[in-house]
Amino acid sequence: MNSTLLLLKFLAPESILADTALLVLIAGLVKSTASSRNVLLSLTLLGGLTAGACLLYFPDNVNFFHGMVVLDPLTRLVKLAILILSLVTAVFAAGSSVREHFAEYLALILFSTIGMMLLAGTEDLLMIFIALEMTSIPLYILTGYLKKSSASAEAALKYFLVGGVSAAFLLFGLSLIYGVTGCTALQDLAKVPPATFRDPLFLAGVVMAMAGFGFKVAAVPFHLWAPDVYEGAPTPSAALIASGSKVAGFLILAKLLTYGLAKAGGSAVWGAMQPGWLPVLGLIAAASIIVGNLAALSQSNVKRILAYSAIAQSGYMLLGLMAADKTGLSSVLFYVIVYALTTLGAFGVCAIVEQRRGGSQLHHFEGLHQSAPGLALCMGVFMISLAGIPPLAGFFGKFYLFAGALGSVATKDGHMGLLWLLIIAIAFNAVSLYYYLIVLKHVFVIPSSAEPAPRSPRSATGTLVGLLAIAIFALGIYPGLLLDPIHNAVKTATWFAAKAAAIATSAAQPKTLQGTTK
Amino acid sequence: MLTATLLSTFLGIALICLLPSRFGGAAKWIALLSALTGFGFAVAAFQGYDMRPGVYPIQSIINLPWVEKIGIGFITGADGISLILLLLTGIIAITGILFSWNVTHQPRAFFALFLTIIFGVYGVFQSLDLFLLFVFYEIVIIPKYFLISIWGSTNREYGAMKLTIYSVAGSALILLGLLGIYVLAPEATFNLLSLAKYKFPVAFQLWAFPVMFLGFGILGGLWPFHTWAPTGHVAAPTAVSMLLAGVVMKLGSYGALRVAMTLFPLGLDYWRMPVAILATVGLLYGALVALAQRDLKFVVGYSSINHMGFVMLGLVTLNTLGLSGAVLQMFSHGIIGGLLFAVVGRMLYDRTHTRDISQLGGMGLTKALPFAALTFTVASAASMGLPGFSGFIAEISILLGTWKAFPVLLIFTMLGVVITVAFTLRALQRTFFPAHNADAPTAETAHEPFDPITLPERLGALILMTATVGVGLFPKILLDPILRSFESPQSLMHHLIQGVAK
Repeated sequence: MNSTLLLLKFLAPESILADTALLVLIAGLVKSTASSRNVLLSLTLLGGLTAGACLLYFPDNVNFFHGMVVLDPLTRLVKLAILILSLVTAVFAAGSSVREHFAEYLALILFSTIGMMLLAGTEDLLMIFIALEMTSIPLYILTGYLKKSSASAEAALKYFLVGGVSAAFLLFGLSLIYGVTGCTALQDLAKVPPATFRDPLFLAGVVMAMAGFGFKVAAVPFHLWAPDVYEGAPTPSAALIASGSKVAGFLILAKLLTYGLAKAGGSAVWGAMQPGWLPVLGLIAAASIIVGNLAALSQSNVKRILAYSAIAQSGYMLLGLMAADKTGLSSVLFYVIVYALTTLGAFGVCAIVEQRRGGSQLHHFEGLHQSAPGLALCMGVFMISLAGIPPLAGFFGKFYLFAGALGSVATKDGHMGLLWLLIIAIAFNAVSLYYYLIVLKHVFVIPSSAEPAPRSPRSATGTLVGLLAIAIFALGIYPGLLLDPIHNAVKTATWFAAKAAAIATSAAQPKTLQGTTK
Repeated sequence: MLTATLLSTFLGIALICLLPSRFGGAAKWIALLSALTGFGFAVAAFQGYDMRPGVYPIQSIINLPWVEKIGIGFITGADGISLILLLLTGIIAITGILFSWNVTHQPRAFFALFLTIIFGVYGVFQSLDLFLLFVFYEIVIIPKYFLISIWGSTNREYGAMKLTIYSVAGSALILLGLLGIYVLAPEATFNLLSLAKYKFPVAFQLWAFPVMFLGFGILGGLWPFHTWAPTGHVAAPTAVSMLLAGVVMKLGSYGALRVAMTLFPLGLDYWRMPVAILATVGLLYGALVALAQRDLKFVVGYSSINHMGFVMLGLVTLNTLGLSGAVLQMFSHGIIGGLLFAVVGRMLYDRTHTRDISQLGGMGLTKALPFAALTFTVASAASMGLPGFSGFIAEISILLGTWKAFPVLLIFTMLGVVITVAFTLRALQRTFFPAHNADAPTAETAHEPFDPITLPERLGALILMTATVGVGLFPKILLDPILRSFESPQSLMHHLIQGVAK
């Protein structure tokens, strides 16, 4: 078989998704009724499940065109996660306020998913940029989908303008990196002689690229779009932005930094910082954690609270990236997947509450435990998991993340270089419990002022929310369910081995990954 | 036997959750049954504790892998200290449920959350894996918030939020220390038994000890981080006040002893004096503030600060007398504090709807509620540390230990003992035996006759009174296992009485 056919075979999941999207578009030409919407949704789910089966069916590891398209256990795992998250979003969409042009809405979700999956499966700067745009452009449209809502339009415009500028930054940054090193593949970048990394032009390129990614994962100071988009966009769109797009974004950021730019890290050790992406990432992480958690304290809309919480959570995950080793990558992947499931569930609850009570302000949640005890319990699970309280998955994820970051630059005499970041993260994590509890106070403690509405029939969204809550609980009791696959997948990421070997020869301390004592 | 306490409590929670809402009244019976079996298992474990010399002091160890990839295990086991606190948890669980027999608002949720706290507390007292211990420790936090903010009284939302934020701040400090321990340990493990053998770097111990000790100390009511306790106690429903004072505060002092003091002997040596001073200030401060309160529940709340000050002081004396006295005081205060809160919150407040001492004094309570008066008198006598009650043995041991370790602080401690007697007598006398209008209620305080004290209340009070008198008369039952846990050369805490710096 020639390589083009092989490429088709290994990109089958993406091709199937594209075909499904086109089919959904055609099927959407018939008049939109409740039953036709169900048909469209089933079509989407069918396509998604086929794509997932394809993903599992070809277990080979391949690397096309020098890293343009890569399929290995790690990418397969992340692609699967993205696919599941997108399909859940599609189900949410069926129960949401998006009634007009439902087929196009589903197709856009699928197109964006293709972008995310390609993003997860590439190790080349050019392809990273293209896939990122493929993800973002459908998301802009999804944000502004409620044509009659000015909030939705405003959110879309904001998202598009900030997104466009950040894409320009990213492209400029990547082109500078290419200009200095002469290569776009991460595997070549990793082999560039270290002297290049001190080139100011190169460092400027790295920082600009990080600004572009900072926008993608909503990290301070590139976060300003997030609260408005989360609040104004149709809830399923916001859920997709907060979950699937984030998983893909973090994987590719991790690959770019810890693979391509592994040697350009510098050091973020307090008092001994050296130029590179590590100190920049450290500052972005600290700022995200502080700003996100503090701003969330004074919000009165649950989706806005989720937005600021997302900013803070991005900060924690960036902290995990700073470990720049296998533990760090596993912890980031575990956390980002758990976070995506949790936030998706929380958005699901918001979607149902919006449907029944007409909004997602805090007071709309009052007395939820009386009218919908199951839903209230699920919201409790999501909020407590986001706050990082055991026995839910968020706690284990955070613990693992923090342990990985702290352990990455620790010496046996008790010196821990990233302690300053950990202190910030842990302190503000304690602060965060306040606003999560405020949400739960409205759900459980304050009785509803309105007369209790009749119990609504069970919806698909409700069932999925319940499943997500069970998953969060199960992953908290037994993290191995997700941790073991991630560990096995990360084990195959070859690039850390080369780096660890290089450091073992150059530095005497075995547990040190960045020079702490210099 | 040990893990059966967890299992029976968990079964109780599960059954209550599965209960259909029209059978909500059955929740308390399930809870009581689950608490009784839990206590039964704790007693069985206590009975089975082997105290022969040479036998390893930590017994019935279970070691199961949990998250093997990063060295987390489900490791439980108990020495004498754990066993005594498990017994205390069982007693407080049973009596707490008896004293909340009148809860009718969402009984299923109330008892499920109540048992969740008990579950967490049982777990902490038997965990030998630090991660597991922390998980159980944190499980306790969220139910407290809901129990207080939904079923509480005075200023409940404020009290609940304050208590939760303080608890989480404490947990944050503990988490920081825990991460440091994990990162610096020679192997990736949270197993306390292996970590205790390792000498952590001095630079780390010097900051990790105060961080972890404070983290646990916040929950243990250590001055000046105690302010959550009085407001939280006052806002909480009776059973939760009993839980907070009875066992949750003990989680703090237990964690300080089991984790901070065991793992960081050098840090302990360095910070010993500051901790002793904070404990003494807390002990005096709690007593003095209690002397000035008009609200009877605040008196009991501040008396908890006072008694926990004794515990903290006893812990840092680092001699057998002080340490064993501190552990005994944990048990003793758990029982007495529970009893006091039961009288104030359930027997008096639920009937009179006031806790103001002067108003209560005008009601002729000795006539109206003789059983409450009797119980409060017994509890006060125990709280003052009269001989014959558990508090006496505990406090006298701590005082003797302090004499050896910190002779100067002993002066202040003795002063604290005197003020304790003063505030307890003041509260007792003004509430039940006011000097002026003997037993004739005046016109303004005239009231409807109170409901008589119910059977569950009498039962609960009797259990607690029996416990404090029993331990007061036969302290050996508890002291032997405690001493064994410190004196056995194989003990994790043997170095504490050997001189920590060695």
